[in-house]
Amino acid sequence: MSLERSLRGLALGDFAFRAITLLFAFLVLLLLAGIIIMLVQGAMPAFKAFGWDFITNETWDPVRDDYGAWAPIVGTVVAALIAMLIGLPLSFGISIFITEMAPQWLKRPVGTAVELLAAVPSIIYGMWGLFFFAPFFAKHVQPLLVASLGDVPLLGALFQMPITGGSSGVSVLTAGIVLAIMIVPFMAAVMRDVFEVVPSVLRESAYGMGATTWEVIRNVVLPYTKVGVVGGIMLGLGRALGETMAVTFVIGNASKLPTSLLEPGNTIAAKLANEFNEADGLQMDALIAMGLILFAITFVVLLLSKLLLMRLTLTQEGQKT
Amino acid sequence: MSTATLQGSVNFDVSAAVGASMTAGHALTEKVDGIRHVENPKLSLRKLNFFYGKFQGLYDINMNIPACQVTALIGPSGCGKSTLLRTLNRIYDLYPGQRAEGEIIMDGCNLLEKGRDVNLLRAKIGMVFQKPTPFPMSIYDNIAFGVKLYEKLSKAQMDERVEWALRKAALWDEVKDKLKQSGTALSGGQQQRLCIARSIAVKPEVILFDEPTSALDPISTLKIEELINELKTEFTVVIVTHNMQQAARVSDYTAFMYLGRLVEYDHTSIIFTKPGKKETEDYITGRFG
Amino acid sequence: MELYTRRRLLNRINLTASLLTTILALSFLVWIIAVLFIKGFSAIHWGLFTEMTPPPGAQGGGLANALVGSLMLTIAAILIGTPIGILAGTYLAEYGKYGLFSEIVRTINDVLLSAPSIIIGVFVYELIVIRQGHYSGWAGAVALAIIVIPVVLRTTENMLKLVPIHMREAAAALGAPRWKVIVQVVYKAAVAGIVTGVLLATARITGETAPLLFTALNNQFWSTDMNGPLANLPVVIFQFAMSPYDDWRELAWAAALLITVLVLGMNILTRTLLRDRK
Repeated sequence: MSLERSLRGLALGDFAFRAITLLFAFLVLLLLAGIIIMLVQGAMPAFKAFGWDFITNETWDPVRDDYGAWAPIVGTVVAALIAMLIGLPLSFGISIFITEMAPQWLKRPVGTAVELLAAVPSIIYGMWGLFFFAPFFAKHVQPLLVASLGDVPLLGALFQMPITGGSSGVSVLTAGIVLAIMIVPFMAAVMRDVFEVVPSVLRESAYGMGATTWEVIRNVVLPYTKVGVVGGIMLGLGRALGETMAVTFVIGNASKLPTSLLEPGNTIAAKLANEFNEADGLQMDALIAMGLILFAITFVVLLLSKLLLMRLTLTQEGQKT
Repeated sequence: MSTATLQGSVNFDVSAAVGASMTAGHALTEKVDGIRHVENPKLSLRKLNFFYGKFQGLYDINMNIPACQVTALIGPSGCGKSTLLRTLNRIYDLYPGQRAEGEIIMDGCNLLEKGRDVNLLRAKIGMVFQKPTPFPMSIYDNIAFGVKLYEKLSKAQMDERVEWALRKAALWDEVKDKLKQSGTALSGGQQQRLCIARSIAVKPEVILFDEPTSALDPISTLKIEELINELKTEFTVVIVTHNMQQAARVSDYTAFMYLGRLVEYDHTSIIFTKPGKKETEDYITGRFG
Repeated sequence: MELYTRRRLLNRINLTASLLTTILALSFLVWIIAVLFIKGFSAIHWGLFTEMTPPPGAQGGGLANALVGSLMLTIAAILIGTPIGILAGTYLAEYGKYGLFSEIVRTINDVLLSAPSIIIGVFVYELIVIRQGHYSGWAGAVALAIIVIPVVLRTTENMLKLVPIHMREAAAALGAPRWKVIVQVVYKAAVAGIVTGVLLATARITGETAPLLFTALNNQFWSTDMNGPLANLPVVIFQFAMSPYDDWRELAWAAALLITVLVLGMNILTRTLLRDRK
């Protein structure tokens, strides 16, 4: 009798527990759906008012209620590209150093340091950028860049001193560099993990044939991990695109499209951080629409990186069997 | 043998009362496919087939497993002996795609019937695995875990049950002062005896052993073998082993399996001295496997 | 022989470059940490923990309200996000290992994991702040919880998968139904790993600023009311660092140091926890 009751209780418990876990797994789906729906809903008025031109329109004029996302979109992409351009070789160098060069006693401390730095909140990078790096950059690097690259045809246009003087050092380039330094530990940690999946047999057999360390990296490690490295890079890119705090301090929050990298600019995330709380009406809708665009960009970048990383594990499994 | 007969007759009464599709009384005396008949089977396997998805792991197994005896399943790896063991408590149910067909009759009921409560079934048919699997909790809680599932005992009753199970598993003297310590801190042999105690504590009718000593040192192995010998006074024991000496030492009946089929099944003494089939002889004498 | 010399030279050049980039990158990072500690330490005094954040122009002041606010937000976010993450992770690891649905949930979880945190702020603003009509601590906690969920979900799934299958079989063989196997045995076996995930998530939200800007906002005064705007360290850092007042900037540095030490401390703790397991 009581046995039967406890049996029914157990079966019910099984059903209920499974249902609850399923419910919460489903909640994760709902969360993403909710984010997309809310963003689309909030963005609708802006897209209705401006159509697709919203994306390519350069103006941002709260007085005339005319808004376009072009300047922050370009700023977001350019700052992220600068960050990748600088951050990539740096993180690549670090991960090569850790996996292939460092003596055993140094591997762990450097590796741990890099991982811990990846955990430092981004607002710290922003503060450092504003109070230390930007003034340093304005005083020592900016004049150098203008003098050396400013007169080069085509490229020179990107390195013109801003009309305002640029003494504070806040600019698209500064933001890109600060972003780069922020994502370096993250990308280096990912790349190191990827490099470490190379079976030591492969490395050893290449060394056994008399290859130099560089040749092993170039001809064994890189080809083997190609896809994974690209996946890691994409993850870093996603972070750079969506980062708010490291950028907001040093980009200058300009509403017009800068012509030179040394001028202040804006990114979508920084613009949201600076203007969202004060905005209302159509301006708010336009800001949400930009948020939607940013979300779409990072979404695509993430899916790409996931696809690439999936292919890496697939090739690995293929080689095992 | 007298206790075994007694238990058998009790089982017989129960099974006769419950009208199963094939009456147990008939199955008892019938000689199936030339396989030696057993006077009082605890488990009767009829045309048992087993599938891992599309792959068939067992073919038409017919077999009577005697009550309160030790039955050993031997054969080369991949022969299906573990698979057969895992059908008896339906542990394969955990994995989608694995299924059994046919009948396993215990006390007149088919265990493979749809809608049977597998959890209750597993409480009646315990299992000890190849690797010791103490749960990440204290020794006491390891044993109380299974008991609490189906019985509501007072603290004193539970203490008593834990001691009883640990004594049965010949572990009490070694752990009585550290019942609150983690079960994972014990040595391999002690862990395995803890797992046996854990199974006994639930008071099952059958205990299945899946290569219980293959991960243990010789001294622990000896202890477990002695234990198995004692267990058969109260429990029906089925053991899978790849160690033929072990089968010869601990079991009363031995089944030799090959390629998913039951090749030969008889008294252990007969299997190891004058096997009836050539494959059995080849395996016993070490010519393959 | 000439070829060999060239190969060696190339090797030398590239490895030197790698070493130099490492040194360059690490020196930048050392610069940042050094600045943080020097600036932060000089700004730290007992008053930080007892006094409120000061109004513009006032001398002194502390971070007491922001500390308490941050603590409340973090605790609330963990309390909301952890159960969701653990249970959803349990589904993926225990029930739906291979199904299409699980694969979709996993992908979406990765999307959430790397979604720009400011977008989550915008989402919660629309979801809660607009409806409530005002900024609130709860809105901030929900925004942070959305960041907690994917972190906890992923570590939970990974850690549950590490629990040996024998453990589940052994518990099931005693007659335990699936949910008791999971709750009483598998969770116990994976508890260190799951705690690690929760700690990582806590570290992550401790420094998160962007999602709080439009949700919890900030509050200059002492408040423990989760229904109203709530002071918190990250937003205080943001507002004070961007201000023209030296006092405020000092407080921002002090807060930045506190946050970083907390975050790094939690990270080091998780590492030692994980190492003990191995």
